[in-house]
Amino acid sequence: MLKINNLHANVEDKSILKGINLEVKPGEVHAIMGPNGSGKSTLASVIAGKEEYEVTEGNIMLEDEDIEELSAEERAHKGVFLSFQYPVEIPGVSVTNFIRTAINETRKAKGLEDMPAKDMLKMIRDKSELLEIDRKFLSRSLNEGFSGGEKKRNEIFQMAMLEPKLAILDETDSGLDIDALRIVANGVNKLKSKDNAVIVITHYQRLLDHIVPDFVHVLHEGRIVKTGGKELAHELEAKGYDWIKEEVNA
Amino acid sequence: MELKEKLVSSFMAFEDTIDVNSSIHDIRTEAIKNFEAEGFPSKRLEDWKYTSLNSVLKHDYSVFPKSENDIEFKDIKPYFSHDIDAYKIIFIDGKYASHLSQTTHDGLDVCLMSAALTKPKYKVIIDNYFNKIASKNGISSLNTAFSYEGAYINIPKNKVVDKPIQIIHFSTGNEAAVMLQPRNLIIVNENAHVQIIERHQSLTDNPVLTNSVTEIFTNKRAIVDYYKIQNDRQSASLIDSTFINQKQESLAKVHTFALGGKLVRNNLEFYQNGERIDSTMKGITIIGDKQHVDHNTLVHHIEPNCESHQDYKGIFDDKATGVFNGKVVVEKLAQKTNAFQANNNILLSDKATINTKPQLEIFADDVKCSHGCTIGQLDESAMFYLRSRGIPEKEAKALLMFAFSNTVLDSVKIPELKDRITKIIAEKLGVNIGFDL
Repeated sequence: MLKINNLHANVEDKSILKGINLEVKPGEVHAIMGPNGSGKSTLASVIAGKEEYEVTEGNIMLEDEDIEELSAEERAHKGVFLSFQYPVEIPGVSVTNFIRTAINETRKAKGLEDMPAKDMLKMIRDKSELLEIDRKFLSRSLNEGFSGGEKKRNEIFQMAMLEPKLAILDETDSGLDIDALRIVANGVNKLKSKDNAVIVITHYQRLLDHIVPDFVHVLHEGRIVKTGGKELAHELEAKGYDWIKEEVNA
Repeated sequence: MELKEKLVSSFMAFEDTIDVNSSIHDIRTEAIKNFEAEGFPSKRLEDWKYTSLNSVLKHDYSVFPKSENDIEFKDIKPYFSHDIDAYKIIFIDGKYASHLSQTTHDGLDVCLMSAALTKPKYKVIIDNYFNKIASKNGISSLNTAFSYEGAYINIPKNKVVDKPIQIIHFSTGNEAAVMLQPRNLIIVNENAHVQIIERHQSLTDNPVLTNSVTEIFTNKRAIVDYYKIQNDRQSASLIDSTFINQKQESLAKVHTFALGGKLVRNNLEFYQNGERIDSTMKGITIIGDKQHVDHNTLVHHIEPNCESHQDYKGIFDDKATGVFNGKVVVEKLAQKTNAFQANNNILLSDKATINTKPQLEIFADDVKCSHGCTIGQLDESAMFYLRSRGIPEKEAKALLMFAFSNTVLDSVKIPELKDRITKIIAEKLGVNIGFDL
């Protein structure tokens, strides 16, 4: 589904990603871990198409198509979803209307009519139940005055509504208490299928107790320096990142 | 002939048409003298530093537009907030259009300035209120000199008006260029409540210059909610001067939606003559091309325990220019005043300009006054957030602009009007998405 080859990327001439290779197949969950400043969020943003990042070498293939020239919205239309670490507040636009706009713009890009209001309502009801979201919450302004947990739950709600092929969860666990973490993780697990894939970017192992990865990659100074199974996450939790750095530098 | 000379010499002809024995005659005569002495404002005046009228004064305006017109409702239907059941006072080229209007004398007066200025039964009220708070400066004096037609609204004590009142001025473009001088007088008596929507609209691309003056009096505990929709063609310019005199515990709110026109200047002045008064003024300006919008506000806090709230949002594209000049005066007696002012702007182009200038003159020592202005661009990370959800660039920009304007739209109390303005803004931004504000 996703194949990243020797990806190099800069922000304002500063090199952040220095040769990333990653392959994600349908049905897989990949975790990307690493110390602060290792390039995790940059990788997520580059895949999603943030314009400030310049790809200087390598490519990103989504279902055998090079997506480098595509805008963020075109990537979204092809099924890429990024759950933000810091979702943006949009006062005056309700959660429901925002998601309706997002879905219908995606349908428009595919040459489809707007989703009938009845179907939209049913989908909203089903997905909000799945994520234990109060209906009142949906008429509030997007992210405005939301707690950290509400923001993240809202991100996963949007993911549920947009049904992406590839979901990237950027530090979704940060700011979540244990109950919210469980709800968010359950939601992600219920949305998982053999046809879609998830990349979980996290600093800590605790989210991975709930969303169990098939592969764990350690990112350090813009490169994936170690790849293993889920037990690697436990090892990192116990021993920290220093031993990886030492291994790399050795 | 320069426009000023033309106007001054036209005054004699104008006087021939009116009753020179009325007390109004003296007011008009005094006013034309003021205008003759001061003329049109120039950029040399501090209050007009960023707005030049030169480009709008150059046309050879007809000062007394012909009254013949064959406008029917179907021609102007789109400009009504037609889904609102409302009283309507409609003018075409400055003349009252009875076939399009719905006025009343049943429990309240929603009628014409020309009637109020001439009929004996209104004499006492006119003597008490007419031209009592309008400025004596050149531009307002010009309106006073030619004051004849406009809306006259008088809401009696304790009356809550059942539906909004729409005042709409159309210009037909039957003549090459037209200058209009509408004059409104609005009196809201004790404990009464009224909502008013005002709009100026030209129907062709022939130049129009409207110099409008409105005087509003809110008596004790009265509430007035006033909405100005300024979404005219690029050939039309508007100088709107609105003066509001408030008595104790009254609440006056003015929303100004400046969404179009060649040049728009809003002079909006509140005078607080009583305690526990609330004055609120909010505005959204969204313009592009070479359009120019100038908001010049004044709140005069005279007595203690009063509040004022100002919230102006501006979005400027292309070579558009904006001005916000907000003055707050707090007199020595006006202790415990709460005065807030905010002016936030987004520049979408490198060539767009905003001049924003808060002016606070505070003579009392126990007050809370704040002001702030910001100028910025659309937030890049917010854009990325929206686009990453599949919302294209144009629609994403529009959503962010709506979000930015929301504090102003949110306080529009007539839902149909809010919908209407939302649609106008969506059209302006070239998007077709439901905002559900």
